[in-house]
Amino acid sequence: MMDEQPKSTVQEDIERLFLLPEGQRVLSCIQCGTCAGTCPHGEYMEYTPRKIIAMLRAGQIDEVINSKSMLKCLSCYACQLKCPRGIKLTDVLLPIIKGKVFESIVEMPPDLQRSFENTLRYGNPMGESPKKRAEWTKNSKVPVRILKENPAPVDVLWIVECYPSYHPRGIDVTLATARTFHRLGIDFAILGEEERCIGDCAGYFGEFGLQEALIEYSLNIFRKYKFNRIVTSGSHAFNTFQRWYPRYDFNIPVHHAMPFIATYIDRLKPFLKKPLNYTVTYHDPCCLGRCVGVSLPECFYHQPRILLSSIPGIKVVEMVHHRENSICCGGGGGGMWLDTYFKAEGMERLSERVVKEAVAAGADVLAVSCDYEISRFEDAVKVLGLEEKIKVKDIMELIDESAGGDETL
Amino acid sequence: MKILVLIKMVLDTVEEIKIDPSGKKVDTDAARFILNDVDNHAVEEAILLKEKYGGHVTVLAVDAPEIDDALFTAAAKGADRIIKVTTGMEQMSTQTMAKLLHSAIQNMNTQFDLILTGVQASDDIDGEIGPSLAAQFNLPYIGMAVKVLPDPQGRSTEVVTELGGGLYASYRSSLPVIVGISAAEKPPRYVPIMKVRMAMKSKKIETIPAPAPPPGSKIDVLKLYKPVVTGGAAMITGTPEQIADNLVKIFRDRGLS
Repeated sequence: MMDEQPKSTVQEDIERLFLLPEGQRVLSCIQCGTCAGTCPHGEYMEYTPRKIIAMLRAGQIDEVINSKSMLKCLSCYACQLKCPRGIKLTDVLLPIIKGKVFESIVEMPPDLQRSFENTLRYGNPMGESPKKRAEWTKNSKVPVRILKENPAPVDVLWIVECYPSYHPRGIDVTLATARTFHRLGIDFAILGEEERCIGDCAGYFGEFGLQEALIEYSLNIFRKYKFNRIVTSGSHAFNTFQRWYPRYDFNIPVHHAMPFIATYIDRLKPFLKKPLNYTVTYHDPCCLGRCVGVSLPECFYHQPRILLSSIPGIKVVEMVHHRENSICCGGGGGGMWLDTYFKAEGMERLSERVVKEAVAAGADVLAVSCDYEISRFEDAVKVLGLEEKIKVKDIMELIDESAGGDETL
Repeated sequence: MKILVLIKMVLDTVEEIKIDPSGKKVDTDAARFILNDVDNHAVEEAILLKEKYGGHVTVLAVDAPEIDDALFTAAAKGADRIIKVTTGMEQMSTQTMAKLLHSAIQNMNTQFDLILTGVQASDDIDGEIGPSLAAQFNLPYIGMAVKVLPDPQGRSTEVVTELGGGLYASYRSSLPVIVGISAAEKPPRYVPIMKVRMAMKSKKIETIPAPAPPPGSKIDVLKLYKPVVTGGAAMITGTPEQIADNLVKIFRDRGLS
């Protein structure tokens, strides 16, 4: 049916890759297995990154494509960060393999299929009405400007993203973020119903067409308005802005909301009056840690800790796995919609592993800054029956709580 | 084997449905349209049959908002021809649509072996398009089908249907036959967006005008309306704890605990 373009086989793609410096680096693999050992799903993969490279060298790529091992890759960048040869596994090699796995997959895990279909049609994976994307603003006591209604130039275009716009707990974080922006006197506005998923998981799962459609849509909307910079509540959106958007001649400065707020720490401190007597442990999300660290000089490891220690009463403790060793919550690279599939495969849920570590660290609050994590970790807390022991809160909620929430506005 | 699939767009209930000021139809400006779910299954069944037995799949629809996306997606999945019949009408009864499709199909001068359609549409839920069309063509019709198994010579087909109470029934019919699909053998597949975009570039939607203005419906819509809201429900408000206390009190008062 689609015969007019010659279909490149994965073998051809790989051979082409091996001619490039990045591919030659793949060939230099010493088969140490660090990638497989550090991969949070490595023990469940028939073909780990190490084995994939061995198979590629042996020309046995079809077995890899057919094995579905790469459905289990969460694009968490653990393997890429640890590789002693500096092979760009998450950025270069695995996407090629994942793209082919995706093309040849006969039956998609249904939850993931629905999330992709929803994202294409409604601009969010849950299949909510795009017209209701700014419904949360009705519960905001601080003014939130929507550019479609008032298109005057603005300093910060706030890309709220999907879970923070629709998920009930995500909305709590979004309202807290709006209050913090307001307290800091930031001139901000949102796109409201014109905003769509910025596109991250589609690309990391190998659904490059969906990724491209989402990026083209967003770029067209951005052209309608005047703003100086983008701040997003989505850590995955932030990652996508850093990695994918520049390929489309996009050069607007983009910040994630958490490190962005940290730059205002001196202005913020006077608001942080109410002591919060919590023992907090922070989960470093992949998208503000390892993913950033391989392309920017610094990961966002110190900003969250500075913010937390600025809140009176809070004691910060660390989990065994933190900073660059942080364990992915299991939501990246499409994992957000693969929980049922992973469970059917008999795999441990990573969000549960993190919650157990947080409790073991003596924390009664698990602090997060990734838009997927509130729902994932709260779910894990309930599954583990640990509601009495630990609460999950976004750093934005803790800041807002110490500043007095709605009452001090 | 030549397979024809008839599809229809229905209101997308993710968006709020508003009634037109006339009070007789839906406000289509505020609405979005989506492929009727079981029609998506009919497309899937046709593609599965083509993959198993070979053949040629044509997907035909009466023009409607967002129909192009549905047709290009069908092409990306493997449909060979995609066609829409333009009518200039915003809505029509199932009987009018059956008459219109009947003459459009006759004008195509193609002998189809199988005509598949979703067994019913989620808007009117009357499930009449297949039977009405079968009456016009004087062809057999089998509804609620979950499996179509043509014989290797292509002279007849077995059709498995799912009945109420967990029963299956198996029929044999001569060809051509019209089949109302309630579920494809496998869930409708995902088609990568890249393939849909390629189909948009490489495939053309054939447009055929409605053969003749179909006769007006003999049935008039008197009123279209949403269920009347009555005061039967009491809303419990407050903090989660207050709500829980209230619920417990209600259960106790009514002797439920």
